[in-house]
Amino acid sequence: MQAHSVINDFVIRFANVNGTGSASANNMFAKAIFRMGIPVSPKNIFPSNIQGLPTWYEVRVNEQFYLGRRDGIDLMICVNPQSMLQDVASVKSGGYFIYDNTKPLHKEYIREDLNYIGIPLTEITIQEYTDPRQRMLFKNIIYVGALAALIDIEMDVLQQLVNEQFKGKEKLIQPNHHALDLGYQYIQKNFSHPLPYRLQRRDLIKDKILFEGNAATALGAIYGGATVAAWYPITPSTSVVDAFADYAAEYRVDPETNENNYAIVQAEDELSAMGMVIGAMWNGARAFTATSGPGVSLMQEFLGLAYFAEIPAVLVDVQRTGPSTGMPTRTQQSDILIAAHASHGDTKQVLLIPNSPKECFDFAAMSFDLAEQLQTPVIILSDLDLGMNDHVSDALEWKSTTQYRRGKVLSADQLDQIGRFGRYLDTDGDGIPYRTIPGTHPTKGSFFTRGSSRDEYAIYTEDGNAYKRNMDRLLKKWETIKSYVPKPELLQSEANANMGMLFFGTSHFSSVEARDILAKEGIELDAIRLRSFPFSQEVSDFIEDHELIFVIEQNRDAQMRTLLINELEVNPEKLVRVLNYDGMPITAAHISKEISNYIHKTNKKSKDFSLEMNAS
Amino acid sequence: MSYIKPSFRHPELPVNTLGYKRKDYEGSLSTLCAGCGHDSISGALIQACFELNIEPHRLAKLSGIGCSSKTPTYFLGNSHGFNSVHGRMPSVATGANLANRDLIYLGVSGDGDTASIGMGQFVHLIRRNLNITYIVMNNGCYGLTKGQDSATADKGSKSKAGSTNLFQNIDLPGLAMELGAGFVARSFSGDKVQLIPLIKAALAHPGFALIDVISPCVTFNNNVGSTKSYDYVRQHVDATATVDFVPHAAEIKTTYEAGSNKLVSMHDGSLIKLNKLQADWDPTNRDSAVHALHEANSKGEILTGLIYINEESQDLHQLLNTSKKPLNTLSEKQLCPGPEALMDINQGLR
Repeated sequence: MQAHSVINDFVIRFANVNGTGSASANNMFAKAIFRMGIPVSPKNIFPSNIQGLPTWYEVRVNEQFYLGRRDGIDLMICVNPQSMLQDVASVKSGGYFIYDNTKPLHKEYIREDLNYIGIPLTEITIQEYTDPRQRMLFKNIIYVGALAALIDIEMDVLQQLVNEQFKGKEKLIQPNHHALDLGYQYIQKNFSHPLPYRLQRRDLIKDKILFEGNAATALGAIYGGATVAAWYPITPSTSVVDAFADYAAEYRVDPETNENNYAIVQAEDELSAMGMVIGAMWNGARAFTATSGPGVSLMQEFLGLAYFAEIPAVLVDVQRTGPSTGMPTRTQQSDILIAAHASHGDTKQVLLIPNSPKECFDFAAMSFDLAEQLQTPVIILSDLDLGMNDHVSDALEWKSTTQYRRGKVLSADQLDQIGRFGRYLDTDGDGIPYRTIPGTHPTKGSFFTRGSSRDEYAIYTEDGNAYKRNMDRLLKKWETIKSYVPKPELLQSEANANMGMLFFGTSHFSSVEARDILAKEGIELDAIRLRSFPFSQEVSDFIEDHELIFVIEQNRDAQMRTLLINELEVNPEKLVRVLNYDGMPITAAHISKEISNYIHKTNKKSKDFSLEMNAS
Repeated sequence: MSYIKPSFRHPELPVNTLGYKRKDYEGSLSTLCAGCGHDSISGALIQACFELNIEPHRLAKLSGIGCSSKTPTYFLGNSHGFNSVHGRMPSVATGANLANRDLIYLGVSGDGDTASIGMGQFVHLIRRNLNITYIVMNNGCYGLTKGQDSATADKGSKSKAGSTNLFQNIDLPGLAMELGAGFVARSFSGDKVQLIPLIKAALAHPGFALIDVISPCVTFNNNVGSTKSYDYVRQHVDATATVDFVPHAAEIKTTYEAGSNKLVSMHDGSLIKLNKLQADWDPTNRDSAVHALHEANSKGEILTGLIYINEESQDLHQLLNTSKKPLNTLSEKQLCPGPEALMDINQGLR
């Protein structure tokens, strides 16, 4: 048994069977820790299955706000015999294996270096309940009650969460309280507790929230004024539209007429979903679709049309493991290149890359302004880890003075005042032309939208010069876009570091933690978190200012590195790959090890690494 | 190129009740082959919109890719147009219609665009009953890529090069009937007398309205042995009825012979007057419409005219209960729940 206690710093994993109601109990567990003022990071590790296969819920507790995934399980709650062998193996030496001991544990599950805590969960439920469904559901609540005793979760916090969950179904409150108590009492009678891994109330959460990225994205779309959502179901993006539907039902039904100030269409495929978004935004409504990698593949043709014909569109890509069906319930950042250059021909697409629910909300709301101002598709690159897991996040904010920026849209009055309207005429010198919405003016401002070449007045032409002028203007617009998109976040070290790390999206948490680990080893790194594409000047400056940059990403082919090299014409030797692509969220241990190894290995070869770089 | 359009028009040409001349409904010069059936359909569309007193800017015309999909450039020059991607016009039109239910939507497609690459979108457009007039300019071949058979080419039909089509054709009105379309018609580009009132009725229909217009390709599919040639179609055409469209509020002057006539009232108060040529056919009865189609088919005839109309059609907006005010006119105030609601949402996440 571990001698000294570890307060607010451990990883606990629940091994459950998919479809047995464990999710709500596990969520309650994580929320209770959050309510105790302690940073917490839960992750669903689930199969592509509805019922029966193993599923895990992994919760990292860390009061330093290191909320990326950490390898090694300190406590395992195993209620799934199917995965028990694997579960026993995944616990760290000295850790705790908490299991249902209604039947004795087979020899093969015994490791000498683990502590075993058996709770007769099945037996208790058989004694207490007659309905098989109740037995299944309350088993989950009982183990949460047991954990309350084992790791010091405040019981009144759990009870309060039960009260909130069953508000309106008061009959269920008492039985759930009772189930919590059953687990608690069993531990109290049979084990010394709390365990060395335990919780202690803190005041670190302040006004932060615990929220899923996909729901935050959906809420951002509501706030950003989206009225049309067209989509095709695909994991892990489905919950974006599900949440949009829920929020819309609450906030977008006209109280007087009872009519919907929104429309949601489940399309026949992702092609159609993208077509609907383009049609709606062409016609002046704000519209979006949400999908994942396979859907982005299907949307390529339409994204090229929207780029070339300059039609606003918003696409949320919640990335998962590719290629093809890949591992559909595992996370990855591997759609960077397909999104950045979506479609055939010379295309460049605007990317927004959030790292938190707050940014999911902000970027989703902002994406409609950007798409309309820039008259081009905007792709929000989220991922499964961010989208489908709860994250501790800054509270969401909205200014009452916020007004939607519709960009250069001409009204009937404006059309009367100007001379000949040129849809693709660069009047302002920023590469962004003026557009009109159908139905604006009886005789002025109509034009033909097409994916084929045309002149500045939207007249079809196969004149190579006119085509080239248009393509060049689109490049000019691309330059303008750089000043519109969110700037990167910079983390400067105190020592004037000559090396940096570059990361984006959900690699953020583990990268920041790795940076601290490395600093303790004496390796100081500056850091930059990309938040958008095209890359703004700050990104070029950061790369320019450092001799070596570790590019951290969650894909096999170092796609962001490729994009940086291509766009900024960086010497490839300067950008070192730090990759993770097993479908699990990247860890700080992995990042710091890779960087540390690289530096030591290179130093062995060349005593003065920085001199070598300067000379090259 | 079909013809050179004179810019001069007689000053005393008639105007419609909006004060527009027919010229105000025209578009740019057609670049299709001289004699192309599609140009006749464009002409019929111009005439129908002129006579219906449609404000040109209140109509949006959308198309896919192909010869047919080029035509929206050649009519309604004061309307916004959208030449989208091959086979995907239905989805773009759906989005556009969702954004603004107050415009009139005209979708123009071809047999390749609809019956092959765009079949999925066509089918689901019908399923959703989008309020759109969907015209297929059907010539049984791929004109822009020089005459390959399309999926609507009849089995046994001969191409210009002499090869015989081996495959079953897809009959679009038959398919639309199976899918529950609320307005199904077929016509022939060479029969404006029939086509113009059908277009008017389709535009007035509050939901999906298909007009499959056989439109011979003079360059690649007008040869002997082709079942989509002018001669073949003229010889095999068999109409359900002669059609007259009586717009809302117009006075009905004609008297009808009992038995052979049928009046169909439209949602907006307009009337379709049919002088029935098919004995046991009722355009408001699905079974009899399907029967009429099958019967004509087995006799080797091309059944034209109005085939079916559902007077109770409910379009996508009605099904979704969307706001009567077009979604693209809603303001921040109506769309954004504001900072106070957000504070409550935050509180619920703590």
